[in-house]
Amino acid sequence: MTPSIFRRALMVLLTAAAVASLAACQREAQPEWRLNDVSGHLPDLDFKLTDDNGNPVTGADYKGKVAVMYFGYTHCPDVCPLTLTQLHVILDRLGPAAENVRILFVSVDPARDTPAVMHAYVNAFDKRAVGLVGSQAAVEALAKRYRSAFTREPDRGDGNYEVSHSSAIYFFDAEGKARLLATPSASQDDIVHDLHLLTSLETRS
Amino acid sequence: MMARSLALALILSIGGAAHAADKPAVEAKSGWVRVLPGNLPAGGYVTFENRSDRALSIVGAASPQYGNAMIHRSSTDGGMGRMEMVDSVPLPAKGSLAFAPGGYHVMLMQPKQAVKPGDKIVVTFTLSDGETIPATLLARPANASGPTD
Ligand SMILES: [Cu+2]
Repeated sequence: MTPSIFRRALMVLLTAAAVASLAACQREAQPEWRLNDVSGHLPDLDFKLTDDNGNPVTGADYKGKVAVMYFGYTHCPDVCPLTLTQLHVILDRLGPAAENVRILFVSVDPARDTPAVMHAYVNAFDKRAVGLVGSQAAVEALAKRYRSAFTREPDRGDGNYEVSHSSAIYFFDAEGKARLLATPSASQDDIVHDLHLLTSLETRS
Repeated sequence: MMARSLALALILSIGGAAHAADKPAVEAKSGWVRVLPGNLPAGGYVTFENRSDRALSIVGAASPQYGNAMIHRSSTDGGMGRMEMVDSVPLPAKGSLAFAPGGYHVMLMQPKQAVKPGDKIVVTFTLSDGETIPATLLARPANASGPTD
């Protein structure tokens, strides 16, 4: 299997898992999610990385906050800014509940993305965004954990290169449990709707 | 009689010239650039309108304010976000073409001077017939969604 077929197969599996989980949970009073419910099908939020202030952080540091995780890199001028801008608009629409949400932007370009570069980048989008960097191995392990993938493309000849990366957006509840999965084309209304539910789950527990 | 027809010819020709200046065959509008911190490459977006009956394409871009400009296309097919360089983007006859986030964009690299929101960026696009289309793109903050709020 080529890597791309492999990735596609994984996405299909993931979607099938989401549908299966939806069916399994029908009996209980579940929140009516509009995004793909992945509860029980993806592992809890767990990593050892460095944040954009240069501090070592783990998944546990974000307990108490709903975490919205997205893989990308700063030399990505189009798709990553589009997603980060959408998340910014969504958090603004969420109102005060957005204080209980953190956007975790994980760099898939460890060679160029330093904490300082990440700091300037994420803050240009939203003050509730955190940039996370780590070694190639650490980021690969994290991507694998969430069945995500990234590939450094060949150098364009001027020392610049692109990194193709999964565009999925992962939502974790305040206890660090993986709950939802969205694509960047998901409607903002649906994400706002589900974030309202996710942040209210958190305040009730 | 002579004077009258001369005046008429003059009026007609002025009218014709003004008409041509108002409505070029291809126009670029609603342009904007997403400014990112530092020297990071920036995406430029613009809408082209082709009033002619000829199908054309956009084949190149250059900006005096950037060392390098390229036409790219992003996609998120199969759940993978990626970007590729394209040689030509079709602009249909009597139609329009939008460079917009998540799709076609002009990738502006190596800013010669720091670009900040509010700046005007000049980008000249080259058409398949050899014509050039000047466009002014408004520099917008990183988290802008378009040319205006
Ligand atoms: Cu690009």
